[in-house]
Amino acid sequence: MAERLLVEAVNDALHVEMARDDSVLVMGEDVGTLGGVFRATAGLQERFGADRCVDTPLAEAGILGTAVGLCMAGWRPVCEMQYDAFSYPALDQLINHVGRYRWRTRGGMSFPLTIRMPYGGGVRAPELHDDSPETYYVHTPGVKVAIPSTPADAKGLLAAAIRDEDPVVVLEPKLHYRTAKEEVPEGEHVVPLGKARIAREGSDLTLVAYGAMVHVALAAAEELDGEASCEVLDLRTLKPLDEDALLESVARTGRAVVVQEAPRVCGFAAEVSAVLAEKAIFDLRGPVIRVTGYDVPYPYWQIEDAYMPSVARVADAVRRVLAA
Amino acid sequence: MSRVLPAEGDLRRVIGDGHAIPDGEVDGLDADALLQLHRDLVLLRTYDERSVVYHRQGRIGTYAIFWNHEAMQAGSVFALDDRDWIFPAYRESAIGLLRGMPISTVLSWWRGHPAGWWNPRDYNVASICVPIATQVPHAVGFAWGSRLKGDDAVALTLFGDGATSEGAFHEGATFAGVMKAPVVLFCNNNQWAISTPLSKQTAAPTLADKAIGYGIPAVRVDGGDVLAVYEATRDAVTRARAGDGPTFIEAVSYRAAPHATADDPSVYIDLERVEEQRENECVGRYERYLKRLGVLTDEHAEAVKAEILELMRAGIAEAEAEPPADPMLVFDHAYADPPPSLLAEQDDLRRILGDG
Repeated sequence: MAERLLVEAVNDALHVEMARDDSVLVMGEDVGTLGGVFRATAGLQERFGADRCVDTPLAEAGILGTAVGLCMAGWRPVCEMQYDAFSYPALDQLINHVGRYRWRTRGGMSFPLTIRMPYGGGVRAPELHDDSPETYYVHTPGVKVAIPSTPADAKGLLAAAIRDEDPVVVLEPKLHYRTAKEEVPEGEHVVPLGKARIAREGSDLTLVAYGAMVHVALAAAEELDGEASCEVLDLRTLKPLDEDALLESVARTGRAVVVQEAPRVCGFAAEVSAVLAEKAIFDLRGPVIRVTGYDVPYPYWQIEDAYMPSVARVADAVRRVLAA
Repeated sequence: MSRVLPAEGDLRRVIGDGHAIPDGEVDGLDADALLQLHRDLVLLRTYDERSVVYHRQGRIGTYAIFWNHEAMQAGSVFALDDRDWIFPAYRESAIGLLRGMPISTVLSWWRGHPAGWWNPRDYNVASICVPIATQVPHAVGFAWGSRLKGDDAVALTLFGDGATSEGAFHEGATFAGVMKAPVVLFCNNNQWAISTPLSKQTAAPTLADKAIGYGIPAVRVDGGDVLAVYEATRDAVTRARAGDGPTFIEAVSYRAAPHATADDPSVYIDLERVEEQRENECVGRYERYLKRLGVLTDEHAEAVKAEILELMRAGIAEAEAEPPADPMLVFDHAYADPPPSLLAEQDDLRRILGDG
């Protein structure tokens, strides 16, 4: 095993999966000659050629729309959206076609495409380089969504997404592209979709998080050490959601705080809270509290820290639940 | 040799008017081929006219009429090989009939019955695309991807004049040009997007002018002239197959029927123009041409019409004989591998319906 940064693990997954299956094709803006603005696709064009690592026009709906057609011609496209919010023009294709086409053919055709993008804030970037758009994707029938928090999961979940017969959106926490580093398995490494991971064991409360917020939850758990024993559950995949792991953890701890970076209303934390209300109400010893971004446009970066769920906000929520 | 006549400005035309404009011809089409094309036109025409009746009888739902678009659909598809793919919009809902799709399948689609949702691979006809222009990038991606795989299949996508205002058209055409995709972008310019006339759709002098910006050659044809449509599409397919990339075809007609069964065009359309179009509609024009050529007799035309009417009767009977759709089908096919939460929803409905 080699130590890799999260973005290097993404790159490794693409190399391994393209070598394994010659129908895998990477496409997007600046993914070829440049190797991607974050270098996630570095070396792919040299190794696999310009036909399989394709620099596309600057047209996100065109990228996803042609990817639908590429699937019909037998390809497994991996589309890079350069940034989270740049993916919004592609929602037309995602909602109208990507999530529906398999159903429309009554299962006759598969659309095994992957959409991967860097997401999230905290990187001191201009407007619309900071969003957490997972809810749009999770809410779209026919589409699966994975969000890794660690380098090993970034590799394994992307590999699973590429191999999956359904369309999968993979959101990569760009804040941790070059800060998270760990041992990543060499060669083929697949983390199955729909399996959560206990990132830290605890007995008093479950902090439910995914992607970049796993790191905030872990830091909060550390801060609260001695005061409260917090378990951190890294969901890894939002759809399919590993309800068993969620319910099992909350059955043990009896309390839950759900952390998400996206705005609050109808965000994924609301879904997690609803699952707990429906299925874990008799295990709960306190209210389920959400710690989220606010219901505003992602702010100017000089004050973005006020928007992002912080260790202080998570710790405050934990204390409120424990006091209830 | 082909004789393709310039008429009505820069619109290509083959069929004359029986008076001042002489008939042209398209090379390579013998009498059998000309009659096959005639049958295709009558099949589409009969399907469309009967569908309006079926709608009025409450036997199908809202229906998008394509009366007088048959020449554009049949003429363009006639230029394809079976291995080539068609990416239709809803205006071309019955285009699969030209590929052997059962009439009952298309009628079932308009009846909202799952039997109307086909597997595109069975006919090389993509699903009916309802959101405007969004099928254009699919056709481009398919064509590009086929060429990358070493296949020489060509894609034909059809869309209306309004579709050229959509971003999906722009992005699809951009990709087609850059990727040199073997695709034919076929615009049936009937000059109306529901109630919006072409003059409010674009300031471009013609829709073909738009293709210049994508680096795509364009041709304009008379959309009521099935042979001009065929000839232009055949040239485009030949170019595509040879690796020379996409072509944009603007077929110009005038919508002579409502947008759909729920539409009343009398409040916006030019009724005189509609009347002119109805008198010069595309199936009649082709029949008169074939008769002048001595290829078609009244008896043959009547026999074809009678045969297809019989097929329609059988088709609607077959569609109506479909057993009611199983409500549990709502859960099927959204995923190859459905999430457990969906399976739980499925169990819940099954329990509510008292089926287990």
